[in-house]
Amino acid sequence: MGATSIYLNGRLAGTHPDGDNLAKRLRERRRMNELNGQINIYYDRRLNELHIVSDKGRVRRPYIVVEGGKSRLTPEVMTRLKNGDLNWHHLVKMGIIEYLDALEEENTLVACRAEDMTEEHTHLEVDASSIFGVVAGVLPYPEHNSSPRITMACAMAKQSLGTFLTNFNLRYDTRNYVMYYPQQPMVQTSIYKALNLANKAAGQNCVVALTSYHGYNMADAIVVNKSSIDRGLLRVAMFKTYETEERLYPGGQKDKIEIPTAEVAGYRGEEAYKHLAEDGIIMPESDVGGKEVLVGKTSPPRFLEEISVFGTVEEKKRESSLALKPGEQGRVDSVLVTEGPSGNRLVKVRIRATKTPEVGDKLASRHGQKGVIGLQVPASDLPFTADGVVPDLIVNPHAIPSRMTAGHLLEMLGAKAGSFNGKLVDGSAFSGNTEEEFRASLKSIGFDEYGEEVLYDGLTGKQIKCKIFVGVCYYQRLHHLVSNKMHVRSRGPVQLLTHQPTEGRAREGGLRFGEMERDCLIGYGASMLIRERLLGESDKTVQLVCTECGSIAIHDYARNRDVCPVCESENVEPLEMSYAFKLLLDEIKSLYIFPRIMTREKG
Amino acid sequence: MYKKLKSAIAPYEAVGVVAAQSIGEPGTQMTMRTFHYAGVAEHVPTGLPRLIEIVDAKKEPKKPIIDIYLKKDFRSEAEAAKVARELSSVFVSDVAEVEDDLQNLTVDITYSEKDGKALGVSFAALRKVLEESSAKLRISENVITLYPKKVKPKEGEKEKEVTARSVRKLANRIKDGIVKGVRGIHRAVVVKGDGEYFVRAAGFNILGAMEHPAVDSKRIYTNNIKEIERVFGIDAARNSVLKEIKDVMDMQKLYVDTRHIMLISDAMTNSGKVRSIGRHGLSGQKVGVLGRAAFEETVKHLINAAAFSDEERLVGVTENIIVGQTVPVGTGKIRLAMSHKK
Repeated sequence: MGATSIYLNGRLAGTHPDGDNLAKRLRERRRMNELNGQINIYYDRRLNELHIVSDKGRVRRPYIVVEGGKSRLTPEVMTRLKNGDLNWHHLVKMGIIEYLDALEEENTLVACRAEDMTEEHTHLEVDASSIFGVVAGVLPYPEHNSSPRITMACAMAKQSLGTFLTNFNLRYDTRNYVMYYPQQPMVQTSIYKALNLANKAAGQNCVVALTSYHGYNMADAIVVNKSSIDRGLLRVAMFKTYETEERLYPGGQKDKIEIPTAEVAGYRGEEAYKHLAEDGIIMPESDVGGKEVLVGKTSPPRFLEEISVFGTVEEKKRESSLALKPGEQGRVDSVLVTEGPSGNRLVKVRIRATKTPEVGDKLASRHGQKGVIGLQVPASDLPFTADGVVPDLIVNPHAIPSRMTAGHLLEMLGAKAGSFNGKLVDGSAFSGNTEEEFRASLKSIGFDEYGEEVLYDGLTGKQIKCKIFVGVCYYQRLHHLVSNKMHVRSRGPVQLLTHQPTEGRAREGGLRFGEMERDCLIGYGASMLIRERLLGESDKTVQLVCTECGSIAIHDYARNRDVCPVCESENVEPLEMSYAFKLLLDEIKSLYIFPRIMTREKG
Repeated sequence: MYKKLKSAIAPYEAVGVVAAQSIGEPGTQMTMRTFHYAGVAEHVPTGLPRLIEIVDAKKEPKKPIIDIYLKKDFRSEAEAAKVARELSSVFVSDVAEVEDDLQNLTVDITYSEKDGKALGVSFAALRKVLEESSAKLRISENVITLYPKKVKPKEGEKEKEVTARSVRKLANRIKDGIVKGVRGIHRAVVVKGDGEYFVRAAGFNILGAMEHPAVDSKRIYTNNIKEIERVFGIDAARNSVLKEIKDVMDMQKLYVDTRHIMLISDAMTNSGKVRSIGRHGLSGQKVGVLGRAAFEETVKHLINAAAFSDEERLVGVTENIIVGQTVPVGTGKIRLAMSHKK
């Protein structure tokens, strides 16, 4: 084999007769702290290349160094660690722990657990659960769940509402949520603790019964205890910031924040401005509803044509107030008056609204078990245990077997045992508390060791014939709230160009009756219904059509007669058509093609 | 009589849309399931790819297959194998190595004893085929050397020299020359089906196969619909479209009522030629300008309509939706008439 090429940060720096050996020696010196610990060395045997990298932007993670099948993290070191003589940084300096990047990782053989170590291993994971990333590491008992559910649980944990930051009161984010009474989970992992997430919790420990309730929790629906919700279960506050700026216009004109007067073009009526103070800005803690003005603002006219005879600009201002979006409501949390990036006066208004859990809101445990609230039931109507415990949530047991989320059951059992003992439970991957521990602990305090309870029907008071699994599970409220999505329309705005209904909730739009839906009605032969859907409920117009030349005619208001602008004939008939068709005719005309509509008496 | 009336389709029932939906809905499941078959070697396209092939009226399917049934006396395994051997085409390049010698401007053909024996082509047979080419032969042991002749020029043309280029062309032509069997029928194998042996081969040369005395020309079948149309006519093609679509559905274990498929094959063939469904076939021949413009190539149709001052009679469904009228299907076409007598 020829000389090894040595690359420093991807650039050829020189050659060496034995790259493998050089890599070993370099690593030794790094571990002896003679080389900077941020340097990584990678030897590619196939290409006979040695890469030494000190670049920025490499993702690195720590490993325990192993030599000859023995971990450098010896029992002596462990005792010194426990005594507090040493800390993490000492271990790194001592060459017991080193950080590897993606390249150097290729030269290693890493053991997950100390028991698995052999002569060939070069490193040991700090902890077996560190094979999970930050997000998955927070999930309890992942080794008892199927992998797709873990992926889903990770995705959903990112949508949970909790305490996203602790300084939310000082911030003016466009939109954020803060939970009223967040709790740390009963079942935590070592990574959860390491991240100190208990201070930014995003859920609550709920008493969960695995059973059905009058069919209201079919297909992943969840029945929720109404009384719990009234006491603040999973309650969330939404903060939303509206802002507006006093903009400068060319020609020295400027917006003005004030209460618009009735002369202003587009005046919304006195009622809309009722919350505004003299300065045109709303008072904090006022209750606001849809379309009500938060900041009154007037702008100069868009065009400068309205110049009076005396050469002064006529003060015909436009209304450009900042108003709450239609359908929203809340309270003004705070008002900030400041300066924008270009030095203009900027007003931010933060609205606060309580989002109480309601039917249709999405909840999820940390095992990829998501569901929407299907029914709220007063505690008096829910099943209860002999001790009088009423569940917060009733989850359908059909959610479990096909998805193989045994971890969910284990969490319920563990958290139940932990609740009675007043102790947090460790649910770390591969090393958490075991089912046996929970069972023994439940048994010792007189509970069914499998977590099952005798329940009594809240409606009849009769004992339910079979025992039902009841436990405690950490549930998250996810970002999908019906109140932010709900949308109906019967009549509403239409687009300017096509006269067809607008699209989307934000524009109060209609729901599209698409091509395939149309095909179904054709297949059914419901001819009149199609016409009503596609014409009557959309862009129906009546156009005048010249019966002689077939072009679209007009009504001449000055002489009060219908006339064809092309052939000047007065033989004009009204014709029902879609506005889109009229538009098509116009576009064809713009191509210098003359379309004619040939009419005939209906008979 | 009552039952006949009851089972008849009502006037103005939208049969086309219903047929399309009835095939399309199970078709969505098909797409997903075909995925699993991907990568199987030498597999004839089934599922959605094959369905598209049929509906597009492709000239030749991706994997053409011909089923050659045999006359009564030839239905044994041994006889069928013999026929299969006789039908399979063997190229010169299968039994010999063809090389062009550009220095001497000759083509050398080296007969391979081993391949020849395996395929049943003797040296003499090879020689006979080569003699048909317009070149002088020189034979030594198992090598035949061809000396291309100058082609006699037609009147007014210059005499063509034998060039390296023409030699290479000749060599390539010889490689593709058939020593044995029927052109367009390859890799014939014997298959047992319905208690008889028959020959299945890649390719589709129906007429070629029919020349063989053992072949039952009434039962020959190929998945090449265009070939069937060419040989047996449009009615046969109509039936084969029906059969091919049905086979695709059956293979996927999807059930679609035959009458929907019949409607499609009728629509594809009723003009007397097999037409594809799409812009170049059925949909491209819709009567209404607006209907065609709404489908594909909008501008082309509008411009042509303008240039020839076409009239839109509003007979189709799409056209009437565009202008905002009732659609001439179902309730849209039925009228009540009052009897004035009595």
